[in-house]
Amino acid sequence: MIGRAKFWSWLAFGAGVLYFFLPLIGMFEFSLRAKRGEYSFLAYANVLGDPQFQQTFLYSVIMAFFTIVWGVLLVTPTAFWVRLKMPKLRPVIEFITLLPLVIPPIVIVFGYIRMYNTSSWLPLTGTAVGTNILLMFGYSVLALPYMYRAIDTGLRTIDIATLTEAAQSLGAGWFTIMFRLILPNVLVAVLSGAFLTFAIVIGEYVFAALLNRPAFGPYMVWMGSNKAYEPAALAVIAFAITWACMALIQLITRFSKHERAKG
Amino acid sequence: MTDATATVPHASAHAPRPRRIPSGVTKWVGVAPFMIFAALFLILPTLNIVVGAFQSSEGGLTLDNIKGLARPEIAKPFMISIKLSLITATLGCLIGLVMAAAVTRGGLPKGIRDGMLTFSGVASNFAGVPLAFAFIATLGRLGLVTIIAKDVFGVSLTGFGFNLISFLGLTLTYLYFQIPLMILIVTPALDGLKNEWREAAQSLGASGWQYWRMVALPILWPSLLGTLALLFANSFGAVATAMALTGSSLSIVPIILFAQIRGDVLQDPYLGYAIAFGMIVITGIANVIYIVLRTRAERWLK
Repeated sequence: MIGRAKFWSWLAFGAGVLYFFLPLIGMFEFSLRAKRGEYSFLAYANVLGDPQFQQTFLYSVIMAFFTIVWGVLLVTPTAFWVRLKMPKLRPVIEFITLLPLVIPPIVIVFGYIRMYNTSSWLPLTGTAVGTNILLMFGYSVLALPYMYRAIDTGLRTIDIATLTEAAQSLGAGWFTIMFRLILPNVLVAVLSGAFLTFAIVIGEYVFAALLNRPAFGPYMVWMGSNKAYEPAALAVIAFAITWACMALIQLITRFSKHERAKG
Repeated sequence: MTDATATVPHASAHAPRPRRIPSGVTKWVGVAPFMIFAALFLILPTLNIVVGAFQSSEGGLTLDNIKGLARPEIAKPFMISIKLSLITATLGCLIGLVMAAAVTRGGLPKGIRDGMLTFSGVASNFAGVPLAFAFIATLGRLGLVTIIAKDVFGVSLTGFGFNLISFLGLTLTYLYFQIPLMILIVTPALDGLKNEWREAAQSLGASGWQYWRMVALPILWPSLLGTLALLFANSFGAVATAMALTGSSLSIVPIILFAQIRGDVLQDPYLGYAIAFGMIVITGIANVIYIVLRTRAERWLK
């Protein structure tokens, strides 16, 4: 019986490998086809040399950076405070942070367009800076479920009540407690959330497209409908970025497990 | 805190505690930024759409927009989207469960398990535009598999009626992020299954299948249902993948709504609110079903 179970396990696993690796091989092979009759990295050269690529990619990287900073500054004090002082509120906060997984992103951005248009009380979409800020807020909302979970899990592993009291008895204010005590202690969790946020923001399409910002996602779609081999090269690049983010998360998590006895 | 109260009788007169724990209203200050942010950029925008769905162009209350959802050009995409989400969520759950079970319980080497989890983390985030490109490069008209099938095996996929820009193509593509998400969520649950349970079942004469059907699955049921609802919402709201894969040739709800917001097709903005409202209702229903079933499953488990 054990032998049979093992056979089926290998079969299921093999089928999975086939399904998951064929598209990766396919996209890589396709991206090499730009030169007729031979494999080359021409499509990559075209993509990387395209000023549009450089601009949109840079834009998305900067957006990701600000989204991460904003997300961390918003979520860490909240998760800390709720754990320390308002444990009863935790289910409520958790519920709110899960909402972005339930409400389709396209509905949220539709709401933004309606609420923050040029004739509204807060006309964020009226200026480029305003729209960028709105987009950043939108991205933080999309990242909220992951960011909150990461940081909240990080906080669970330290005794925040004791640490806070110790800091307070030494005369530390809330600001000091936050930035010199809590944040450094949950740095690993924060970084996991940050890399995940980065992976989400870099490829995001709907928010950027509907808010009309020159981000990497809309650029990829534009390439998709105008070029043949370059999109596959972009897909390979995007996949590499996603891999890098996940690998970094694993790396720092493993590092922290090494530091602490158990994660 | 217990320390503080314990020392108070001795030392309170000389050294009152310099800092007091804020209580009552002041306590709320700590969560205010988050609450305000969530209200302004998550909850109110959504409510705004809901309200808009019931508003006429003059600002009065109306059900006309909602009735507009019954129009065939709106109702049909809704049906397609629901079907697509149901199928990819169900298949994603089943296949993900089988794969996770194969790797965690099926006696495969541990290295495979870690590799699969890492890969799932990547694949579940490799959604959207690049994923569509990968599938076009593989199963599209000039894709690798299409060409190999034709040149090596002499099989024309299109001759079989296969077209990537179709319901089937979209299903295949969506499963690429649905299955890994399932694997990520269900693996910890599978790890929670104790070996003793399997041994107990076996010693009572249960076959492998009976063990799964009568012991493991009932235990996993709540988390399976939860994931089903999550996967449903995940594919129901997905825009970028479908958009990059099909342009806008396949009518699923998010694409219709996208075109509507852009002002490309229908000229009635309030219908857009109704479509968005319909989307919220459907993902909402999926989650209510999940919560109800889950409470039941948990009660039954006790």
